[in-house]
Amino acid sequence: MIAALLSADLPYWAVSLLRVLGGLVAVLLPAGTVVYLFLFKMLSFMQSRLGPMEAGPYGSMQLFAEVGKWLQKEDIVPASAQPEARIFKMAPLIVLASTFLLVVVVPFGPDAWFTNFETGIFYALAVSSVSVLGILIAGWSSANKYSLLGGLRAAGQLVAYELPMVLAVIGVVIQAGTMNLQEIVVAQNAGSMFGWDGLGNPYVLTQFVAFLIFMISVQAELSQTPFDMPIAESELVSGYMTEYSGFRFLIFFIGEFATAGVFAMIASVLFLGGWGVPFSWFGWTTIDSIDNWMNVAGPLVLFAKMMALVFFIMWIRFSSPRLREDQLQRFAWKVLIPISLVNIMLTAVLKVAF
Amino acid sequence: MTMLGDRQQLAYIAAQAADARVNVELETEGMTLNIGPQHPATHGTLRIIARLDGEQVVWAEPSAGYMHRGYEKLTEVRTFPQVTALVNRIDWLGSFANEVPFILAAEKLMGVEAPSRAQHIRTILFELSRIANVSLFLGDLGVQLGAITPVFFAFRDREYVLNLIEAATGGRFHPNFDRIGGLKDDLPAGFVEETRVVMKKLRTFCDQIEDLLFGNEIFQSRTRGIGVIPKDVALQYGLSGANLRASGVDWDLRRDQDIPMAWNKTEFKVITHPDGDSFARCWVRLQEVRESTKIVDQLLDTIPAGPVMAKVPKIIKVPEGEAWVSTENPLGEMGYYVVSQGDQGPFRVKIRSASFNNISIVPWLLKGVYVPDIITILASLYFILGDIDR
Amino acid sequence: MFPLSSTTDTPTEAPRDTVREAELARVLEALGANVVDSLLKPNDDMWIRVTAETWRATAETLKSLGYTYFGFLSAIDWLPSPFGKSEDDASGPSEDRDSTIKQGYTGGDTRFQVFARLVQPFTTIGINIKVDVDDAVMAVDSWSSVFAGANWHEREAHEMFGIGFNGHPDLRNMYLPTDFEGHPMRKDFPLLARIVKPWPGIVDVEPLPGDDEEEGEAS
Repeated sequence: MIAALLSADLPYWAVSLLRVLGGLVAVLLPAGTVVYLFLFKMLSFMQSRLGPMEAGPYGSMQLFAEVGKWLQKEDIVPASAQPEARIFKMAPLIVLASTFLLVVVVPFGPDAWFTNFETGIFYALAVSSVSVLGILIAGWSSANKYSLLGGLRAAGQLVAYELPMVLAVIGVVIQAGTMNLQEIVVAQNAGSMFGWDGLGNPYVLTQFVAFLIFMISVQAELSQTPFDMPIAESELVSGYMTEYSGFRFLIFFIGEFATAGVFAMIASVLFLGGWGVPFSWFGWTTIDSIDNWMNVAGPLVLFAKMMALVFFIMWIRFSSPRLREDQLQRFAWKVLIPISLVNIMLTAVLKVAF
Repeated sequence: MTMLGDRQQLAYIAAQAADARVNVELETEGMTLNIGPQHPATHGTLRIIARLDGEQVVWAEPSAGYMHRGYEKLTEVRTFPQVTALVNRIDWLGSFANEVPFILAAEKLMGVEAPSRAQHIRTILFELSRIANVSLFLGDLGVQLGAITPVFFAFRDREYVLNLIEAATGGRFHPNFDRIGGLKDDLPAGFVEETRVVMKKLRTFCDQIEDLLFGNEIFQSRTRGIGVIPKDVALQYGLSGANLRASGVDWDLRRDQDIPMAWNKTEFKVITHPDGDSFARCWVRLQEVRESTKIVDQLLDTIPAGPVMAKVPKIIKVPEGEAWVSTENPLGEMGYYVVSQGDQGPFRVKIRSASFNNISIVPWLLKGVYVPDIITILASLYFILGDIDR
Repeated sequence: MFPLSSTTDTPTEAPRDTVREAELARVLEALGANVVDSLLKPNDDMWIRVTAETWRATAETLKSLGYTYFGFLSAIDWLPSPFGKSEDDASGPSEDRDSTIKQGYTGGDTRFQVFARLVQPFTTIGINIKVDVDDAVMAVDSWSSVFAGANWHEREAHEMFGIGFNGHPDLRNMYLPTDFEGHPMRKDFPLLARIVKPWPGIVDVEPLPGDDEEEGEAS
């Protein structure tokens, strides 16, 4: 990938190093921007206050200050969690690992991708469930009743909302005809709507229902309000994260926002056309005819689309109350899944018809 | 869309009103959960010991007393003006309202009546305390349920009211302004115009909260049908204030009692709600804030001229007797039973605080609810720890 | 309303309170021999004192008469405090202090009295009910079977005064730790803060607004 960009022959270790760095940037940069822009600033403005203003101009260095603060805190493992200390310490890493595993399959440009699986989206959905394990481990090994409640709620909720997510994606897959994320992007940007290719064929228009269901499921997968029963700050203090301090809490924290960014990236790949702009704007026809500068512009386009989607996720998060656990489950099983099944049937029928 | 269908809602209400019989087929251990005393949800150090079966409560019991300051013992060694300073701190969000029933009881024993200007201003400050208290409740309601934004609006708009109280009395939280026979001082210049402006802002705030919070479907599904208190149970436990009116009991001490305050010179609606669930309690309080702003507006128009203090001796010795005065405080009915034996200070003061009775219903109410509903119910009952524990 | 102040010229008698008089008559008739004494202050309030054996029956009768709102329940210790009251007193008990027990409205024969208030909703006519607590027995019947709200009030009265309540389902401490010794609200239980640090005396007396020179007569 990078070799193609630089048109030079790099040794394998250099390429691997660049990939690792690229992965880190791909995860941490959106996380940091999301945290600053939305959590610090947007939330503050919505609450009619200014937010952090001291650290850096308009508080832009606040995130670094926060990271530094968390890093220098004592790493406490509660006494009653000592028997399971190893698992207790491992849990945040599992959650973060699933984010990194998720980001490798997102295409950033025509040649700028980490991996190009034929079953890209299948892999992505499978791997996103790994974080459930991490949360459950965190909740249970904390030896704290509140954390246990949070962990159990999380397990139920995250598993329940996997299904609508998968079913929503199936609609996209049917329409694109492939599970490869790169080809889904190309299909959207090279396609046309009823013969007019001015905007490409973003699946958000045809798969509107699936888009909504996917975004709702993402909100639940991220444990954001209105689905934040696992954290439920006013009841469970911090849910499964209660007993974590210092670096491990930072990993949970970053993981939460990084995952938000990555899921938004996947959503924009599936529904908004990913890194691409409609090919007709520049006269491209296939993926090989794309100019090389798209490898630099592509990530920026994807970033912009991701920001738009995260904006909506955070907006809903900051303004709504939370659903109760049984209302949550009822919503997933009795409302979202039937609707997404209907969507799949309709898509299949219309795909054959058109 | 509502999360609970009508049939499910009725079934849920029925299951709550009866005793919950938890079906235990598997031999599972129940879990005892301690909510509090340090907890983001409770307004202070209230500890609820709940025995859970999964997420359902089998029984729950509040354990009060973490903030017991021994008020009734303290009042026995203080003079009447000192007790006034003391009782400010019972319900610290609407502090002026605590002083008033005590001062009225002392005045009853002495046989003096404050001049009408003082009564008027007392009523204005009383209603301002109510607005300050309940607007914080409205914001905090959102936080308990997960909506983190409205609380900032509540605090922002409450600042205006607190500034008014500070301008008039010198203290934002603990005015200590009432004296036997009247008030300590007169209103400052410009108070009336400023209060009118603030009342408009508060009405806007009420509209905003109604839009943001009460209209939200998730809020509705979290609060409707939760924690239903029937009328007769409410009366038995001595619930008061908005909790009682939300169960359909039309009882407002401002309208029904004849005490020397200026409420009988104003017109206001007493708002009740037939449901008796958490939503009703929250909604009734919202409407009460609106009515309070209208009461203040009416009072501002008609402040009589005159002195603010009656002729009372410098060293006040209250004659022998017993007196009971209670008023419609922001939290409910707060009353003082003052027993005097002719000294400078009372012989015994029994403080009847609203939250004590309001929370005594919690063991009965929390059987069979889910853990998130505990928070909803406590939020809707609305208590202040200082009021429970005195 | 309240008795008129002394600034009026024509002395009037206290106005009649026909509503409360009728209510009191009704209550006295229903309770009959339970009532030892009663008092009506016009336009103010009503008091009755009942016998200890009929304490619970009184509650039931009053509830059936319409007094369904439970106000509160507590106790009074009529012993004057041996530690003194005013700020100038030293903080130790003094022998030459007057320790005659003088009860208040509707009299009484014992040092402790339990008193409660019930209100008729919608008319807000309330009635205060007192009962003597015999020093030897130190217990009365519990009201918690009649008014569920009395549960907590009786717990508090029990821990503060040491009065037992027969038939109460669960008489544990309300505010104080379980191993607390003593009953704080009794007058012979010292206010510990005063023992530890004596009161510094009257700190300030504010001048009344308007007239600093004119001292009103101390009554």
